[in-house]
Amino acid sequence: MSVPYAKLPLWVEYGLIPLINLVVAFLVAGLVVLIVGESPIKAATLLVQGAFGYGEGLGFTLYYATNFIFTGLAVAVAFHCGLFNIGGEGQAYIGGLGVAFACLALDGIFPWFLTFPVAVLAAAMFGAAWAFIPGYLQAKRGSHVVITTIMFNFIASSLMVYMLVEVVKPLGSMAPQTRTFLEGGQLPRLDWLLSIFGLDIGGAPFNLSFILALVAAFLVWLLIWRTRLGYEIRTMGASPTAARYAGIKEARIIIITMLISGALAGMMALNPIMGDQHRLQLDFVTGAGFVGIAVALMGRSHPVGIIPAAILFGMLYQGGAEIAFEMPQISRDMITIIQGLVILFAGALEHMFRPAITTFFATLGGAGKQSEATAAGE
Amino acid sequence: MDYFQIVMVTLEATIRLSVPLILAALAGLYSERSGIFDIGLEGKMLAAAFAGGAAAAVYGSAIIGLTAAIVVSVALAMVHAFASITQRGNQIVSGVAINFIALGSTVILGQAWFRQGGRTPQLNEDSRFQAITLPFAETLADVPVLGPIYANLISGHFLLTYFAFAMVPITWWVLYRTRFGLRLRAVGENPGAVDTAGISVTKMRYLGVLCCGILCGFAGAYLSMAVAAGFVKGMTAGKGFIALAALIFAKWKPVNVMLACLLFGFLDALAILLQGQQLPVVGEVPVQFMQALPYVLTVILLAGFIGKAIPPKAGGKPYVKER
Repeated sequence: MSVPYAKLPLWVEYGLIPLINLVVAFLVAGLVVLIVGESPIKAATLLVQGAFGYGEGLGFTLYYATNFIFTGLAVAVAFHCGLFNIGGEGQAYIGGLGVAFACLALDGIFPWFLTFPVAVLAAAMFGAAWAFIPGYLQAKRGSHVVITTIMFNFIASSLMVYMLVEVVKPLGSMAPQTRTFLEGGQLPRLDWLLSIFGLDIGGAPFNLSFILALVAAFLVWLLIWRTRLGYEIRTMGASPTAARYAGIKEARIIIITMLISGALAGMMALNPIMGDQHRLQLDFVTGAGFVGIAVALMGRSHPVGIIPAAILFGMLYQGGAEIAFEMPQISRDMITIIQGLVILFAGALEHMFRPAITTFFATLGGAGKQSEATAAGE
Repeated sequence: MDYFQIVMVTLEATIRLSVPLILAALAGLYSERSGIFDIGLEGKMLAAAFAGGAAAAVYGSAIIGLTAAIVVSVALAMVHAFASITQRGNQIVSGVAINFIALGSTVILGQAWFRQGGRTPQLNEDSRFQAITLPFAETLADVPVLGPIYANLISGHFLLTYFAFAMVPITWWVLYRTRFGLRLRAVGENPGAVDTAGISVTKMRYLGVLCCGILCGFAGAYLSMAVAAGFVKGMTAGKGFIALAALIFAKWKPVNVMLACLLFGFLDALAILLQGQQLPVVGEVPVQFMQALPYVLTVILLAGFIGKAIPPKAGGKPYVKER
């Protein structure tokens, strides 16, 4: 992990290199479009138009982005501690159970703004609870969190099918879902926010949880870079040995980090359940937990990077649906490929172009830098 | 149906269901023993199943299908090797990426080439693997107890089934009785020592991942060209992860891998058998419980309650030569 590379200017480190990785990922995706026999340029135009060209499209883009901000933050927080939480999918799924319980219990009694805080808390607690066991096992028994969270995704999936089919389904109903929430369990849409810009939201389910996602992003930034706990988390991630010498309690930090990560993933459930479908359904997460991995890698685990990365993937989800209309060859599964390519190039191969770029900047600024260094007395 | 017959049917299903697990878990064993974690078994298996189904349908030959399956699986394995060995990237991230690329591209390409909603065309008799009847299976079938066991459990499987079970002792022999195996295990435990002995760590790890790719190719081909006659989208349905669980459950040992895969296959077969059945004492066992059981068992094992699963020591860490 600690590969010695020459220091690069900040804008290259955090701007140019991620951008190059991203561009390469999209070029390869373009090749797939070519193989399928469609024009990549036309596909890209349709994509951008479908995602940003009109109010309803933008509403859907931001609706999807909301999911990915939550799951991206969840993966990022764990990354800072050197943990790889692949279990966002399962944690979000179980978080949905918390949202549903809160809404089913309160939607007839309270207006939405009283149900909402309870639902947020329930979602976070259920998600955190599902992440607690892998976190505990990693901290106390040394079982690898990657493997346990994968296992917990599958266990969550089985558990939720059981809950929906056998427990929370209303009597006499065939479909494996809860009853539709009353008004007290439905979040208001943010149509006013788009109408400020003169856009009509149409039928897009863009809702209040977007604001909650932005707040969560700010709080994560505060936690990681401005608190003692965040400092301990980052120390653990950078060097567990150093953390141990500094008297940081390893097990405690691992468990707390996993709880926060699971809570963030669980809160993702608010957006589709309380904001859109108003009921708990099978497979409502639809891969958002895994998109979080790509988003966190692309955003370099920083909230400022995660929000645009989430919007980019929101664009892919919404624009992808529009492309499928015009080009039946290119279905939603194209996004899965792009997601994989982004994870590959921005994650596993992130250093591939670094040597070339370093050489380029070394030859470019060789003479100038040397005189600067002398002036600074280095 | 009498009890003997129920047992026979369940055991037969166990064998059928555990073959892809055995192949994929042995594949993972080669890679992980060399120090390269692989959570991309699922993706490689899926891509191989698609390539096998597609090539067999187009060229009408099972051998060409199998070859295509292996080639595609090895290609993905090499991407993983390049990312995690040459580029020293994160092996988990690379595995996740390969799973997604396989999941998406099998559907997109399948739809573009065959236009059957992500399926490949139904394979006919010649272009898929056929069950092999061993000699005397018919004549001996009437012998009580042993006859049906021979005719149903030992005879009447696909060539790939026998291959999978043969790979277990072969893998054991390769791992523990050959120079290659010794070096493979060493490179996963202490690459520095292997490097000092003048053996290329990079080469050994590439070979480990290559073996992994080949076996995943067989596993995929088994799914789309033996048990089923063609590829259906998402047909691996988590089998790659069950295989990964089995590999851990088996503590990275070949014979244990076979036993773990048979156990997980048996649980799967039992889930089908018990669906909607009332059992004494416990009543009806939810099918979801049976489906989750392999994962729960693996977590319990990982927690250290059934022995301890210790992965290869250098697993997951890129090797950096000292400068």
